[in-house]
Amino acid sequence: MNRIIKLKRTVSFCSVAAVGGYEERRGPLGERFDFCDMTDTFGQDTFERAEGEMGKLALNTALTKANLSHNELSLLVAGDLQNQCVGTSLGLSGFGVPFLGVYGACSTCTEALLVLSAMMEAHADMRYGAAVTTSHNSAAERQFRTPIEYGGQRAPSAQWTSTAGGAFILGRDEREPRITELMVGRIVDGGTTDGSNMGGAMSFAAADTIISYFRESGASITDFDAIVTGDLGAVGSDILRELLSRELPGSERLHTDCGLMLYDMKNSDVHSGASGCGTSAATLAAHFIPEMREKKYRRILFLSTGALMSPQSLLQKQNIAGIAPLIRIECSQ
Amino acid sequence: MEANEKKRLIKKHSPHTRVLKNAVMSFIFGSIICGSGQIIFRLLQSYIGDARASATLVTLIFIFIGSALTGFGVFDRIARHAGAGTLVPVTGFSNAVTSEAMDSESEGTVLGVGSKIFTVAGPVILFGVASGVVYGIIFFAARLIAQML
Repeated sequence: MNRIIKLKRTVSFCSVAAVGGYEERRGPLGERFDFCDMTDTFGQDTFERAEGEMGKLALNTALTKANLSHNELSLLVAGDLQNQCVGTSLGLSGFGVPFLGVYGACSTCTEALLVLSAMMEAHADMRYGAAVTTSHNSAAERQFRTPIEYGGQRAPSAQWTSTAGGAFILGRDEREPRITELMVGRIVDGGTTDGSNMGGAMSFAAADTIISYFRESGASITDFDAIVTGDLGAVGSDILRELLSRELPGSERLHTDCGLMLYDMKNSDVHSGASGCGTSAATLAAHFIPEMREKKYRRILFLSTGALMSPQSLLQKQNIAGIAPLIRIECSQ
Repeated sequence: MEANEKKRLIKKHSPHTRVLKNAVMSFIFGSIICGSGQIIFRLLQSYIGDARASATLVTLIFIFIGSALTGFGVFDRIARHAGAGTLVPVTGFSNAVTSEAMDSESEGTVLGVGSKIFTVAGPVILFGVASGVVYGIIFFAARLIAQML
C-alpha cells in the first residue's frame, strides 16, 4: 500500500494567522497570536456565531498579511467542531470563494491543509488557496458535554477544548516553509468508550501514522527536528511515547504536542491539556511556522489528531476511534 | 494491537481521580451549605413558627442562591472544587436547570429553553418521582400486611 503522496509542485505557506480567546492569551503562546478576544464572544451574541467570526477574522488577517484579496483565492478548505460544520460555512460565507467543508474532529487542521495541498498539486493553475480551522470552547461544551455554567468536576484525563483558530494561505511562492509530503490517516480503534479520555484514544492513531510513515518512506528519525501531534494532551502523549519507543526507538524524543503547548499547564484548569481542532491550527500558525521561518526547525512532521465520536455514540457505548493525517513541512536548506 | 493492550496502556497512563481530596472538599462545602440551611431554618421557625413552611422557604432560598450564582458565572468555579458538596444539595439541581436555560436561550423561549431546560435535571425528576411511586407501593403494602396481622 502506497500511502505517502510526494508533492512535485511548490506548495508553500504564504501567510498564517492565529486567533484565540481569553485562556489562550494567558498561555505561553499568547503573545504570538494575531488577535485574542478576552470575552470569547468576538462581538457576537452566540458562541456558535463567535466561532464563525473567529474563522473570518483569521482568514482576513492571513489575507492582509499575504497582501492578497479574497478574489485571488481559488479554493477555501475549512472546518470546525460544530454540527454540520456550520460555524465555518456561515462564518466564511461572505468571502465568495469556492469552498470545501471538511470534518476530521480535532484532526481538521491537517486534513484541510492536506486536501488543499493535494488540490494544488493536481491543478498547476491554482495559485492561492486557504485552509481555515476553528474550535470554540463554549460551542463545543454545549454540543458534546454539559451546559457552559454547569457545575461539575472533570476527570483528570479530560482536556480543555480551545477557543482558537488558524488560517493558512498556501501558494506557489518560493517562501518557506513548504509542504512536501502528505499521508492520509487510517481510522484506528481507540480502545475506550471514555469521552473524558480522548487523548488516550487518539494516541494509537498517531502511532499508526508515524510508524507507517517511517516504514514506507525509509526516512531516518534524524532527518526531523520534531514530530508534532495535535491534541493528545498529557495522557495521549505518554501513551504515544511509549508506543514510539517500542517501534521506533529515539523518535519519542522528537515528539511534541500542541495540546501541551497552548496553555499554562500549571496555573490553568485544563487538566490533561488543550483539545479541539483550533489547538493544532493556532499552534502551527502562532508557533511552528514562525519558528521555521526563523530556522529554529528545519523539517517537521505535523499530525493533528482527531477523536471520531458523537455524544450519541458515546452514550451507546461505542469505542472512540482515532485518526491522524500527516503532512511533512520543511524549509529547503 | 490487541484491544486489551490498548485498555492497559490507557489505564497505565491515566491519572487517578483524587478521591480523598474530593471527598474532603465535598464534605466541607456540603457541610457549609447544609449547616447554614439549618441555621436559616431555625431563624425562620422562630420568626414564623411553622416548621413546614420554614423548611420550604429554606429550599427556595437555596434554589435562588444556586440559580443566581449560576447566572453570575460563579457557581461552576465553586463547584470545580466543591464537587458533590454543591451538586447533591438542591443547589446542584438549581444549577443544572439554570445553566441549561441560559445555554438554550439563543434557540428561542419555547423550542430552546422550553424543550431543553430539564436536559440535565430530567433524570433526577423522572427517577425521583418513579422511586417515590415504588416506595409508596411498598409502604402501602407493608401497612396492609401490618393491619392484617
